Amino acid sequence: MMKGLKKWRLFSLLAVMTVFLSACGEEYISTLKPAGAVGKEQFNLLLFSITIMALVVVVVSVLYIYAFLKFRRSKQGEDYMPKQVEGSHTLEVIWTVIPIVFLLILTVPTLISTYKFGDVAAMEHVDENGNKTALIVDVTAKLYWWEFAYPDLGIVTAQELVVPTGEKVYFNLLAADVKHSFWIPSIGGKMDTNVENINKFYLEFDEESEGLKDGVFYGKCAELCGPSHALMDFKVKTLAPEAFDAWVASMKATEGQTASKDSADLGEATFAASCLGCHAVSSVTGMPSGTAMGPNLSAFGDRSHIAGFLDFNKENLVSWIKNPEKYKPGNLMTGKYKVGNNNPDELSDEEISAVADYIMSLSVEK
Amino acid sequence: MSSVAISKKTGFGATLWDYLTTVDHKKLGNMYFFAGLLFFAIAGFEALLIRIQLMVPNNDFVSAGLFNELLTMHGTTMLFLAATPLLFGFMNAIVPLQIGARDVAFPFLNSLGFWLFFLGALFLHLSFFMGGAPDAGWTSYASLSLYSPGHGIDFYVLGLQISGAGTLISGINFIVTIITMRAPGMTFMRMPLFTWTTLISSALILFAFPPLTVGLFFMLVDRMFGANFFDHTMGGNTIIWEHLFWIFGHPEVYILVLPAFGLFSEIIPVFARKRLFGYSSMVFATILIGFLGFMVWAHHMFTTGLGPTANAIFAVATMAIAVPTGMKVFNWILTIWGGSIKVTVPMIYALGFIPSFVAGGVTGVMQATAPLDYQLHDSYFIVAHFHYVIVGGIVTAIFGATHFYWPIMFNRVLNEKLGYIVFWVFFIGFHLTFFLQHFLGLMGMPRRVFTYQADQGWDLYNFISSIGAIMMGIGVILLVVNMLLSIKGKPVNQRDYWGDGRSLEWALVTPVPFYNFKQTPLIRGYDPYWIEKHEGNKEGMTYAEPLGDIHMPHGSILPLIMSIGMFIAAFGALYHPDGVSWSVPVIILGIGITVACMILRSFKDDLGYHVHKEEIIALEEELYGKGGNK
Repeated sequence: MMKGLKKWRLFSLLAVMTVFLSACGEEYISTLKPAGAVGKEQFNLLLFSITIMALVVVVVSVLYIYAFLKFRRSKQGEDYMPKQVEGSHTLEVIWTVIPIVFLLILTVPTLISTYKFGDVAAMEHVDENGNKTALIVDVTAKLYWWEFAYPDLGIVTAQELVVPTGEKVYFNLLAADVKHSFWIPSIGGKMDTNVENINKFYLEFDEESEGLKDGVFYGKCAELCGPSHALMDFKVKTLAPEAFDAWVASMKATEGQTASKDSADLGEATFAASCLGCHAVSSVTGMPSGTAMGPNLSAFGDRSHIAGFLDFNKENLVSWIKNPEKYKPGNLMTGKYKVGNNNPDELSDEEISAVADYIMSLSVEK
Repeated sequence: MSSVAISKKTGFGATLWDYLTTVDHKKLGNMYFFAGLLFFAIAGFEALLIRIQLMVPNNDFVSAGLFNELLTMHGTTMLFLAATPLLFGFMNAIVPLQIGARDVAFPFLNSLGFWLFFLGALFLHLSFFMGGAPDAGWTSYASLSLYSPGHGIDFYVLGLQISGAGTLISGINFIVTIITMRAPGMTFMRMPLFTWTTLISSALILFAFPPLTVGLFFMLVDRMFGANFFDHTMGGNTIIWEHLFWIFGHPEVYILVLPAFGLFSEIIPVFARKRLFGYSSMVFATILIGFLGFMVWAHHMFTTGLGPTANAIFAVATMAIAVPTGMKVFNWILTIWGGSIKVTVPMIYALGFIPSFVAGGVTGVMQATAPLDYQLHDSYFIVAHFHYVIVGGIVTAIFGATHFYWPIMFNRVLNEKLGYIVFWVFFIGFHLTFFLQHFLGLMGMPRRVFTYQADQGWDLYNFISSIGAIMMGIGVILLVVNMLLSIKGKPVNQRDYWGDGRSLEWALVTPVPFYNFKQTPLIRGYDPYWIEKHEGNKEGMTYAEPLGDIHMPHGSILPLIMSIGMFIAAFGALYHPDGVSWSVPVIILGIGITVACMILRSFKDDLGYHVHKEEIIALEEELYGKGGNK
């Protein structure tokens, strides 16, 4: 009877925790609403550890409040002289052993998950043709943007990671300048992008992002990397496997696409003269991962945000091109071109507007 | 306010000179306390600016660059320049009294330690007026700090190097003092817990600061001379900085929290009128925490990519620390169990500390769970966790001890009513600020962000958090007001102000004379004053020697001049990378001043002086009236 009661209590505590925690946050960014297997396992670990810890807090609080209420001097009398106890071996043993037991219980899932999340052996697996069986994405973090290259597919994109649902996606993580950290809270835990070595880990994406507020999950830089650390966001679009294959095919189809200085379109011509040096408009660049100067714009028109965090509209894009420093202090785009209406080597309002139209037209999905 | 309470009026200049040259542990304790308070106020103000900026989304109260400077200086100042000196203040003021010593083992070094700390801290803060403060976080991870333009990081490196040397010197001084200068009968297992925690935390300083010194030195030569310890394009490695920093950085947490535990272990028995429960296991737990504190640094680096085996080992080691810490908590609770609890201001801080610290401790265990930490790391969850430990554990200890020891340190009392108001305003503000930050972290908010976009589910919690921070600020201001009011208060002029004092410091009548004990006491057990008091000894202690001449050290201005030398040299080093012609001469001049002082000190022996028996009797009559300290 007592045992059943205790179990019921534990269960209800767990239930309350679940309700309380899952009520928190937006589903595209909260770790409390996990949308991937890794994140779910971490969330379960959170619930499990929080339950043990809540138990500890409750026990301590009950003892403490009871002692405090019962042994007040106002109750004991002003002259009451308590017995000067030295201690108790039995009690010391009890409160040493019980926490050790609790911690050992917690250790089991900790160790299992640690090794599980650290297992990236599948990155080396190949089929009979020598092709990698797993989808691998090379993530390169730069001041303050992200490049996502798919080395085995030969395509590259930036700022919006596109991945298929229902399979493990493996990541090679590297930083090009200073240390950053790659984090998609609602999908799973983070891993640092170091400057000197490639970190590897995997994530799983269980839900398609289409129904979300902006149609994407939010990704964050989690390591202080300079003034615009707070704005170094990226987005994640998760697609069903067939839709992902179609996306890959249309990205591959941008091969050879470029902007021409001689174009009749003012936007394209201006882009070719002033922007193409850093920003490719083809997803198939043939360059090694992480070597691009600026974000690849071949799928810019499909993005949900400008510069990773501004609402996607022309007005914001024009303002961004005119003065990126205002939006992301310390970024490396500032000063690479001149803005003004007086000299021929400056980008005029008209040209910037045309460039914005041109960039926004670059799409593989529409 | 002076602890040497000769009531002769002295001029401002003479008093200033007295403080600049003093080697008296009580005055240095006060100086540490007020210097720490000053930096605590500065860093608290920075925290307020941070919270105002984050009060609403997309705020532009401070710029992104300034925000990074503020968060860096807030963390660096609070840990190195506020919490450390405030605790050193209590260690200096109280530990020699607790062990029945006339002073610390090396009074000259004590003064040198203070001045190095203070001038290093001053140097670091000059960065605000000289081109920008450091902006790479208090951790100053190498890739970002090498990339950081301007001199901010140089200020960080040089300032911490100088003040760190001061801290190391003080740590060594306490180790020697506690090992060699205990009164007869004060065996190790009779030492009060605050003395024990001071000893262990000084030992941690001894082993933890050298790795920091090495790391800072590498950074210094990287930035000054273009060495490549951390430049990976030249074969360096930034992960080495992370290891060096955290091999220091994690023990640093225990350097601060152990003395805080010690202070509560003094406060709780007094106001429970009961012997500390499980004294020997408390001592054992302290030592064990100190030892394990060096085994867990890589839990700050779970996401760095050390691999599953390293993560697993450090996860388990980290969880192990919860065991001795839990022992302490249960021992405190069992101390009040069956006691006679009197609620006073120091006690209410202790009572508030227990649940707050437990909350901070359990979130620590959650983060030790490495795979879960992949989510929690560098989010607002960790910000909430360490503020629960540092504010809930260390700051409450400092505030509680301020009320507790004010009568001994300044022979005055802090106002009790105002004390309660401060406690409640501060305590509620503290929980309001940091409790919700756990959830901000879980909802995906990274730490160290200067702003955030609206409608990510974070707006309300951030707003409430900022309101809490403002309450904490009000609390601290009122505490300072309370301190100022106490100047006008009546002198205490008695021993055992709280009525239930147990350890030796309460046997002394305040104001404590500069030589502390006119005769060295004989310690007959744990809680010596309690024993004497309950055996009806009106003098509060049994003496181990007859009244005789007391040997005391002379004051000296040399520690200040030596520290100024280092201060000057730091400016040369700071501007050396700019290629200015005067940098090397300035370095040589500064170090020359320091070395000259060292040579002078080495050749000119200070033999100290004797306070004669008659002078002691006369002084005690002047302090305490006819019959002296009876």
